[in-house]
Amino acid sequence: MVKYFSGADLLKTTWDQVCIAFWQRYPNPYSNHVLTEDIIFREVTPTNCLISRRLLTKFSRAPAWMERYLPKHMSSSAYIIEDSIVDPQKRTMTTMTWNITHARLMYRTNPDNSNWTELKREAWISSRVFGLSRAIQEFGLARFKTRVTKTMKGFEYVLAKMQGETPTKTLAETATERARETALAAKEKAKDLASQAQKKQYV
Amino acid sequence: MFYPYNTLQIWDTVGEACTELKREYDQCFNRWFAEKFLKGDRGEDPCSETFRKYQSCVQKAIKEKDIPVDGVEFMGPNKDKPES
Repeated sequence: MVKYFSGADLLKTTWDQVCIAFWQRYPNPYSNHVLTEDIIFREVTPTNCLISRRLLTKFSRAPAWMERYLPKHMSSSAYIIEDSIVDPQKRTMTTMTWNITHARLMYRTNPDNSNWTELKREAWISSRVFGLSRAIQEFGLARFKTRVTKTMKGFEYVLAKMQGETPTKTLAETATERARETALAAKEKAKDLASQAQKKQYV
Repeated sequence: MFYPYNTLQIWDTVGEACTELKREYDQCFNRWFAEKFLKGDRGEDPCSETFRKYQSCVQKAIKEKDIPVDGVEFMGPNKDKPES
């Protein structure tokens, strides 16, 4: 079973700046969970697109109730692959990131204001842990939303630094509150589902 | 278990020996990316040598640590269709 989520964001800066920041966004104050970052593949295609593969390792601790159902190597650190295509002609950058969550980000120039950049975010979350799949999906989705907010904050921090501004509180703050509430609600819901599923298994 | 963030070297490459090579490559790439690539300059890539050195180091570390990067198609999971 797969769950679909989509969202959009606006960065009030040019597409070029966003792409440049994309390669320089680690470390930032919001990325404490990122332990390593490496480019493990990169080339320019015949159509002059830059394709890259980035390997990240993240400290990623699942809550105790979920951990016992996960394979051992997933319980404390995660390997994340991030593939990306930068097309300087079309002025789009598409990235694909996956671990147990699957997400795709597309950055393109906002059609209304060419100085702004639009982010379209989609997520597919799938899990094969029988009986708890729904709970894990809810948790995965909640964590994805929290991560997305951190990603935005990290991005805005790096962009502000690049432009010589002192990074201040951004409009991502309001998004954070909403995301936090959604994440908490989803987490509680997931816990409920998990304990229900557990009861079912042992009865 | 509390994870001691403050004692971790939180910024690193997967191969500790590759730090300097990575730094050199990143510097070269960031300059080329902003000044040439994004501006449509299709000239020669000035970073191919530093990239090669960095890659050979990091790929070795990946093998040693048995990180499962092989067999993953580029943009692979993109091809999955959401099932209901």
